[in-house]
Amino acid sequence: MQGFRDSQIPVSEFPVLVIGIGNHYRSDDAVGLVVAQMLKTMNLPGVTVIEGSGESVALMEAWKDTDRVIVVDAAFSGGAPGTIYRFDARVQQIPRSLFAHYSTHALSIADAIELARTLNQLPPCLIVYGIESKYFEPGIGLSPEVEPAAHDVVHRVAQEIQTKLQKLNAERR
Amino acid sequence: MKSGKGRSRTIKVDHLARVEGEGALYVKIKGNNVVDVRFKIFEPPRFFEAFLRGRNYSEAPDITARICGICPVAYQMSAVHAMEDAFGIKVDGPLRALRRLVYCGEWIESHGLHVYMLHAPDFLGYDDAIQMAKDHPEIVQRGLQLKKVGNEIVSFLGGREIHPINVCVGGFYKVPTKKTLVPLAERLKWARDAALEGVRWVATLPFPEFEQDYEFVALRHAAEYPFNEGRLVSNKGLDILIRDYDKCFVEEHVQYTTALHAVLKDRGAYFVGPQARYNLNFDRLSPLAQEAARSAGLSPLCRNPFQSIIIRSVEILYACDEALRIIDEYEMPDKPCVEIQPRAATGYGCTEAPRGMLYHRYRVDEDGMILDAKIVPPTSQNQKTIESDLRQVVSKYIDMSHEKLTWQCEQAIRNYDPCISCATHFLKLEIDKE
Repeated sequence: MQGFRDSQIPVSEFPVLVIGIGNHYRSDDAVGLVVAQMLKTMNLPGVTVIEGSGESVALMEAWKDTDRVIVVDAAFSGGAPGTIYRFDARVQQIPRSLFAHYSTHALSIADAIELARTLNQLPPCLIVYGIESKYFEPGIGLSPEVEPAAHDVVHRVAQEIQTKLQKLNAERR
Repeated sequence: MKSGKGRSRTIKVDHLARVEGEGALYVKIKGNNVVDVRFKIFEPPRFFEAFLRGRNYSEAPDITARICGICPVAYQMSAVHAMEDAFGIKVDGPLRALRRLVYCGEWIESHGLHVYMLHAPDFLGYDDAIQMAKDHPEIVQRGLQLKKVGNEIVSFLGGREIHPINVCVGGFYKVPTKKTLVPLAERLKWARDAALEGVRWVATLPFPEFEQDYEFVALRHAAEYPFNEGRLVSNKGLDILIRDYDKCFVEEHVQYTTALHAVLKDRGAYFVGPQARYNLNFDRLSPLAQEAARSAGLSPLCRNPFQSIIIRSVEILYACDEALRIIDEYEMPDKPCVEIQPRAATGYGCTEAPRGMLYHRYRVDEDGMILDAKIVPPTSQNQKTIESDLRQVVSKYIDMSHEKLTWQCEQAIRNYDPCISCATHFLKLEIDKE
């Protein structure tokens, strides 16, 4: 990621938090975690990557001190497995129907974001990536349709951060 | 929709909201009579008891913690107590106190979520906590912050928030120093004040008049409000050792649900959970919690399950108070756990999960390998009582509009904070072939 190295903005001025959400032991539900792990290995400057279960309080706590947050989670809306969805949570509601809601003792990512919006606790920039998944059965490993999408999202997230950084650099010049 | 005599009417809720797991409700009314009530659980059976067989005793707390994401500590505690019972081990002093502390965290976390996010919207007519947060942001915020304090205790002592990994048979893998507990105590002082406010607030909610002559069952300990130890007692004369559970209780298969129904032999339905604990142990609550309960208008015996939201709030307050007491008196032990010497035996454990008593029984061989396991979660035990409440609710409010009656029924189920994922465990299947 050359753009990061060329940046004139110290990375400390442009911190980004990426949160991968999922359960390792529920097949495609792990896709958010897989994306997070791949991004971690890239060691992008200024980018903190964490993995989580999606528990609402922990999510709000994780992003409370960061201005730019990207969340990646498995989606389950009946679309073609591997489909990638992207939402800018500041300007649009996250469709409740998109994200699997296994447990009402933990809000879904869509509900957690809407709750945070109501309580004025959304970060200034919150991008949500959903990856349409196929299997949520107990087991390890992504299905063949979902795995390429995970790589694609890794690329898109890195690209998105880089583009934003370049834009800020250009504005500074 | 008002029903005339002889007309039949059905209330169906295919997917219950704001309860854990996949459940449904079916009520059939003929004329003015309720002819059928089914609280259905259709989560697939999870076979935990079967795959514990052949595993080492030391794996039981971590395997069973996986049964539930909201009450893993309860599973760990019942498992370690059952194993220690089998091996003749007694865990005492600071290790015992730390177990109570981690349990306090789980109660705060679990009750905080249920009171503020799942149950309160029912009383105020909101579909969910997000809608409620628009009008009552400070209340929802308080619930989230209380839950966070509970999460912090579980993470700190358990190693992580969900499915903690620091609990073992004999104690813990690692214990904290006294100094590291100080920041937790500061947060707990805030939580105790917030919990007290919470009790005052829930007391102002509108409660329907509704009571039944329940048999409440909970642990009772000689000196403490119960978490880990005690005798199993009821308000109708039950008073037994935990190891006699199977002599007095039995699980039945009911066709329409994947969760077994537990009943008291020759007596039938019984009621476990915060309300049972409170009714059987009011005198064991801290003075602060007792006073808060009285000020909220609760007497030491409360038979209205809709008021369980007040009782959960009192238990949050108690858990904060108790956690602070434990931290104050804590001295770091020399060893994080007691040494274990396995032996062939059967061990019994029952602890008070947020939703009520959780019974574990294990038979192990001389090497500590599990030969047989039995787990009875609270929701299995409350199913019959939930159905009995539903019958009464429908009979009482039979003239209500369909929509309102359905809401009232759903609320009646949420009184018990059922955890359906926990309740679905090994189910014996019989296939008849001609």
